[in-house]
Amino acid sequence: MKPVRFDYERPVEIGAALALMQDEGRVVKIIAGGQSLGPMLNMRLVQPELLVDITAIPALKRIEDTGSDLIVGACVTHADFEDRRVPDVTAGALAGVARGIAYRAVRNRGTVGGSLTHADPSADWISILSAVGARVILRSASGVREVAVEDYMLGALAADLNPGELLEAVRIPKCSASARWGYFKSCRKTGEFAHAIGAVLVDPDRGVFRAVMGATETRPILVIDRAALFGASGFSTGAAEEVAQAAGMGDLLDRRTHAVALRRAFEQADAA
Amino acid sequence: MTKQGVGARLPRKEDDRFLRGRGQFVADIRLPGLKDVAFVRSPLAHARIHGVHIPDACRGRAFNATDLAGVKPIRAVTTLPGFKVSEQWPLATDKVRQVGELLAVCVGDTRAQAEDIAAAIELDLEELPAVHDMVKARDPGSALVHEHWGDNVFLESFMEVDIEKAFDAPIKITRTLSTARQSMAPMEGRGTVAHWDHRKEQLVLHTGSQMPHIVRNGLAECLGLNQEQIRIISPDVGGGFGYKGILLPEDICLGWLAMRLGHPVRWIEDRRESLTAGANCREHHYSITAYADRDGTLRGIDCEAIVDSGAYSSYPFSACLEAAQVVSILPGPYDFPAYRCRTWSVATNKCPILPYRGVARTGVCFALELVLDAIAREIGMEPHELRLKNLVRPEQMPFDNITKKHFDSGDYPQALNRAIAMSRLDEVRARQAQGEADGRLIGIGHSIYCEQGAHGTSVYSGWGIPMVPGHEQATARMTPDGGLELRVGVHSHGQSMETTFAQVAHEVLGIDTARIKLVHGDTEYTPYSTGSWGSRSMVMAGGAVATACKEVARLAARIGAHLLQADLAEVVIKDGFAVAPSGQVSLQEIAHTWYRRPQDLPAGIDPHGLESTIGYKPVRDTGTFSYAAHVVVVAVDPELGDIEILDYVIVEDGGKLVNPMVVDGQIYGGLAQGIGTALYEEMQFDASGQPLASTFADYLLPGPTEVPEPRLDHMEFLAPYTEFGVKGIGEGGAIAPPAAIGNAVNDALKGIGAELLHSPITPRRVLEAIEAAKVAKLAGSVA
Repeated sequence: MKPVRFDYERPVEIGAALALMQDEGRVVKIIAGGQSLGPMLNMRLVQPELLVDITAIPALKRIEDTGSDLIVGACVTHADFEDRRVPDVTAGALAGVARGIAYRAVRNRGTVGGSLTHADPSADWISILSAVGARVILRSASGVREVAVEDYMLGALAADLNPGELLEAVRIPKCSASARWGYFKSCRKTGEFAHAIGAVLVDPDRGVFRAVMGATETRPILVIDRAALFGASGFSTGAAEEVAQAAGMGDLLDRRTHAVALRRAFEQADAA
Repeated sequence: MTKQGVGARLPRKEDDRFLRGRGQFVADIRLPGLKDVAFVRSPLAHARIHGVHIPDACRGRAFNATDLAGVKPIRAVTTLPGFKVSEQWPLATDKVRQVGELLAVCVGDTRAQAEDIAAAIELDLEELPAVHDMVKARDPGSALVHEHWGDNVFLESFMEVDIEKAFDAPIKITRTLSTARQSMAPMEGRGTVAHWDHRKEQLVLHTGSQMPHIVRNGLAECLGLNQEQIRIISPDVGGGFGYKGILLPEDICLGWLAMRLGHPVRWIEDRRESLTAGANCREHHYSITAYADRDGTLRGIDCEAIVDSGAYSSYPFSACLEAAQVVSILPGPYDFPAYRCRTWSVATNKCPILPYRGVARTGVCFALELVLDAIAREIGMEPHELRLKNLVRPEQMPFDNITKKHFDSGDYPQALNRAIAMSRLDEVRARQAQGEADGRLIGIGHSIYCEQGAHGTSVYSGWGIPMVPGHEQATARMTPDGGLELRVGVHSHGQSMETTFAQVAHEVLGIDTARIKLVHGDTEYTPYSTGSWGSRSMVMAGGAVATACKEVARLAARIGAHLLQADLAEVVIKDGFAVAPSGQVSLQEIAHTWYRRPQDLPAGIDPHGLESTIGYKPVRDTGTFSYAAHVVVVAVDPELGDIEILDYVIVEDGGKLVNPMVVDGQIYGGLAQGIGTALYEEMQFDASGQPLASTFADYLLPGPTEVPEPRLDHMEFLAPYTEFGVKGIGEGGAIAPPAAIGNAVNDALKGIGAELLHSPITPRRVLEAIEAAKVAKLAGSVA
């Protein structure tokens, strides 16, 4: 369980990283925190010829307040959120979720951009950032584009990333004072990947309602129509199960577990 | 009890180096010219080998079965009638029979380079249908793991006692239960560093082993060397649990490489190898019918059980240790009059099943204890009351049960009653009836078992496996400055022997434990022993240490008598002194005299000096019987299937506890593993025999947040046949938890009518059981 021989570069500017990614003579892989890529390298599931470590690029650790949004660099770690080195613009949602990602050792090194790009459906960021309506900023030599987090994941372990493109930052819209959030994940043990996630952001002043069923086999299921989940007597687990089924979740118990996780996320939001 | 002797809660001598990260494990060994080894392993579970081609560029750095011609296969044979023999070649020859089986061995300057070479080896394999389901493996027409057998059964075992007398019982409960295949997960995996010592003309093999002398036996046979040509060194061992008692094909390959290449070679098992190709264990399947009267009196047990033994019989315990033992230990600590049990050790295209802490007992306890609770639910009785009706009683001791197991001592009902009292059953029942605000369901469950430990010649001669324990030997030797060396052939893989054997020696001689050094883990310096397994080390090697120290005391008294000018009959050894009415002289002075000033000794002094090697067996070697009652309270989330352990109580009888703190540690560790069996650990395979977990992301182990701190209570019913009255207790913690937790979950779900009968009890299985109960209820109301 040792990786194949590869070259290693650690540029300090995005431009240099993008230039290295253009190398057509070698299979190039980007590494940020390495918390998933490290084991994959060791198991030779990934066999790059050049590994570009982007954690020395100051611009990718940058945090910027644009007034309406917070822009968080790709290499900001889970621990940066947990320890509130990232200013809170989501009523505590991101710090709260970060605290429950894997274990502290993983949070110290694992990055938000790496997690989103690795695109494991069971990971936390993909669900909660979809719920808060975040977008990823993707940079290549030819320019910049933005994609909603829920669309960035194309499927399990597949992100909407073109050749030569790098996730530069995450754009997180600021919540209003009326915002409430909830996050519930079902894990068999502490720190394990979830097998069902419910993530909710309700922000009446901004007219935002976003509910996510995550840790599916593929992309998270986003619901922005309250009526699809709530009936006259409140949250309907049955309705949530139907949404999951319509999204392709074939297994009855899976659907039920996800519906329960979502209901509990709403209960948490209500209690806040 | 002295502050350092038997019974003292002495801090561990080992901790200083372990807590500072200064332990020395196989992977810490550095030898000049050392090269790393990686194996080419079979990607298929069952295939005919047409070729293992080594490219010219890799010649001299990669070797296949042809290169190893002359090396013999591992043959772990028993003399039990009907046993079919498997031959496990160090590198597979005609067929591969499990994923991960060795096909070639590669040597590089680094492990990465060795893996590069391994990746270049070309395999020509013809895939065959895999035998992956032990139940179907006995069907006619099944693919065959070993064609010439004609079926897939290593061994069938059977016992029957008056079973027909149970058939008229008013209560008859039948259940099918199973425990998943697991992978032992010692923190340190296997590893071997081998080199040829030209000065001694000796193969030196460093390997983390519980049983260094047994490894030498097997290695000598496979490599065709004399025993004096092999030295096994087992340094610090980071957990074994049974896995490190086994002679692996990897060990043989490393030994061969060291002889062939003339430089040291190293193989450090990685976690993927350990999970998928190595440390498998536990997979049992039971069909049990229990017969009882309406008052809960057990009338008989009728059982058929299958154990998935995997592809090969492992050395030295063989492929049938589990299934054949099921027959003899299924009755547990219960006294009932009718019994029938038939078991099969079945070959499949999976790794050999290896003995894991609690060997067979964990599955047996799970099966029997869940069935007993099913009876209790059927007749509306508190489960512990049903058990109290059937447990062997203290006044029956010593007791020979229905399978002729000899229970040496103890009070099983007392253990259960104390555990039930500690768990505050009434309060739990009240809380259960009241219901939880969060909708979770409370359940309380318990289990009780007996753990036969340190069983010796009289038991193992019947098995006829390559290893039968006899007298256990130890050496005690005073040093010229009054210290003491102990040499034993067992080896610690976490048992704290450096501390506890020193306590035993201190108890006899009174020498400060700081001056007592344990020499173990090296065939060059220690007496022969079958090693550390079967909860035997303290009973057997502890007994031997005590016996050898008594002999040293006798020898010291003779010298002391001379120095004190006293009659030998008047001299006693006490607290490190030879004491006579005329005065006292320290053992240190006695040692100084013997070694440094022999001129002060009379001509007729006993020439044995201050050293003794002596063998020991308990008065009766059918084994010590420790036991414990476990009671657990759980909360089950019926929506998600999650289980939280709210309380865990253990009342245990290990006889005389040499170091109660060490015993507590054994129980904590065993409990953690038992919780793993109960709720988390499962090696799954697909129909082609592919293991589905190759990392700890897929193979879940309980962590600190999943293991509660149990509340412990000890009873000390001294073993009648052993030194100090000690009983083996190393495995018990891992035996009872799956049964206790299973019963607690079933207690929580009894209102729903759901019942869990397969471990691990995962959220998915809980939800499926609840769903099945709902469907059954619906079907019932429609009918």
